This record gives sequence, structure tokens and C-alpha cells, in this order.
Amino acid sequence: MNTVELVFFAVATFFVLGGGVFTVAQRNPIRSAMGLLTSIVGVAGMYLMLSAEFLAAIQILVYSGAVVILFLFVIMLLGPSAMSERDTKTAISRYLAAGVFLASSGGALFLLARMAGAPTLLKAAPAGFGHIEALGRELFAAELVPFELSGALLLVAVVGAVAVARGKQIDPTLHPKVGEAPPNALPKESAK
Amino acid sequence: MTSIPLEYFLIVAAALFLIGSVGFLLRRNLLVLLMSIELMLNAVNLTLVAYNRVYTESHTGQIFTFFVIAVAAAEAAVGLAIVLAFFRVRKSVRSDDADLLRN
Repeated sequence: MNTVELVFFAVATFFVLGGGVFTVAQRNPIRSAMGLLTSIVGVAGMYLMLSAEFLAAIQILVYSGAVVILFLFVIMLLGPSAMSERDTKTAISRYLAAGVFLASSGGALFLLARMAGAPTLLKAAPAGFGHIEALGRELFAAELVPFELSGALLLVAVVGAVAVARGKQIDPTLHPKVGEAPPNALPKESAK
Repeated sequence: MTSIPLEYFLIVAAALFLIGSVGFLLRRNLLVLLMSIELMLNAVNLTLVAYNRVYTESHTGQIFTFFVIAVAAAEAAVGLAIVLAFFRVRKSVRSDDADLLRN
């Protein structure tokens, strides 16, 4: 195996998996967002290795440029209440479910890793594979309808996000803070 | 870049999906739940791109990944808007507090 490629792959793997674990394990959501960013950059590196250069650029632009920034905006909008506090009330069923899932899929991963047979070595990619020209030709010819539909989807998502997030500011005195009083009824709109 | 076998990428993608799904099951911070969904979508994208690298006569996997990225962006926008609306009602971002329909 080529050492340079192996080192690149190892670094990308470290970014992907380390960032993923960091995302899931951190209590501060800003650190989680940074872990997500690391993981995304690692995946972009893997795209480069798989000769998907256009997708690597899109990954950096859309994910780390838009999605992670959106996450950061929302976290900073929420302020310190975005922190996840530690509690052990309903944790057992969650840990049980995650443990069962972790065990079964860890076993599947182990079986996949020790699978018999020679590994599938990749042949050299044809010229222009994964470049924006080849991808664009296919995108605007064969996949034109899904492409236009994804544009419509993005428009609907933007309008929906604005409509959902705008909302009216509800009087905070009508809603006691969670944990202070049992929320046993729907909030009444008695004032107005 | 042809000396890394396909299976290595698939194993990394499977491990990333595993991390994301366990995080989705374990955490109760809504923001972290959305981030876990993004991790899982990234894992699936990596699998699609890796298989497309084997069958190079078309770009179907990469184009599918393109659409998945678009849908993921839309999902993140709407999901975060819902988190904001939820926070406005309950002053919390814990998924356990979404229990207004319980009674």
C-alpha cells in the first residue's frame, strides 16, 4: 500500500470517527457542533480520496458553511439553556436501547471487518470522473426533474422554517419553567 | 488514490453511522439529536460515493449524494426552526420535555 495514501486515509478516519464521538459525547452543544465540523471535514477528505472532488467542495460549502453555522446560530440564540444537564431519571431504558443497538451493530461491524475474500481494490478512475463537468451533464440531463424538485424542496423548507420559527412570543408567566411545576395541562390562553 | 480498498471506506462509514445512531438514542438534547442525524446522513453519503467509485460508468451515487445533501440542509433548517419554536413554548431543549400530549 502506498504510504502517503494510507497516512491520508488514517488522518481522515481519525477526523471522521473522532469528530463523531466528540459530537455525541460532549455536553456543551457548541463543542458538539465543532465535532460535527471535524467529522464533516474528514468525510470531505474521504470524498477527495474517492475522486469525488465536486462533492468534496459541496460538502465543505453546504455542511460546514451552512449547516454547522446554522447550528451555531441557534445554539447562541438559545444561550446557556442549550446546555444539556446531566440527569439519571429516565436514563436506563435509553442506555439499554443504545447498548443493544451498539452490541448488535458492533458485531455486524466485526463480521464485516473479518469478512473472508480479497479486499476490493479500486481501479484508476476514468478521466473526468467526479468532476463538475461530468456531474453537471448528468445532473442537468438525466436527473433534471429531481434537481428541479430539490430546488422546490429547498424553497418550501425555507418558507416553512421562517413560518415555524417566527411564531408569537408567548407570555412567559403563563408557562412556568420546566421542573418547577408539573406541566399537567395545555397552556391556557386566558389573558388574551 | 487507488491503494485503499473499498471495504475500508465502508467500515468507516458503518462506524460513523453507528456513532450517530447511538448518539441519537442516548442523548436528549434536541440540538445534539439533529447533529446525530447529520452524522448518519454523512455515513450514508460516504457509502454511496464509495460504491460509485467502483462502478464508474455513471455518477448515480454521487448525484444521489448531492440530493441527500440538499435534503439534509432543508432538514436542518426546519428542524432547528422546530427546536426554536419548542424552546419558546417550554424554555427547554430536552426531548423529554416534549410531553404536552401525555395527559
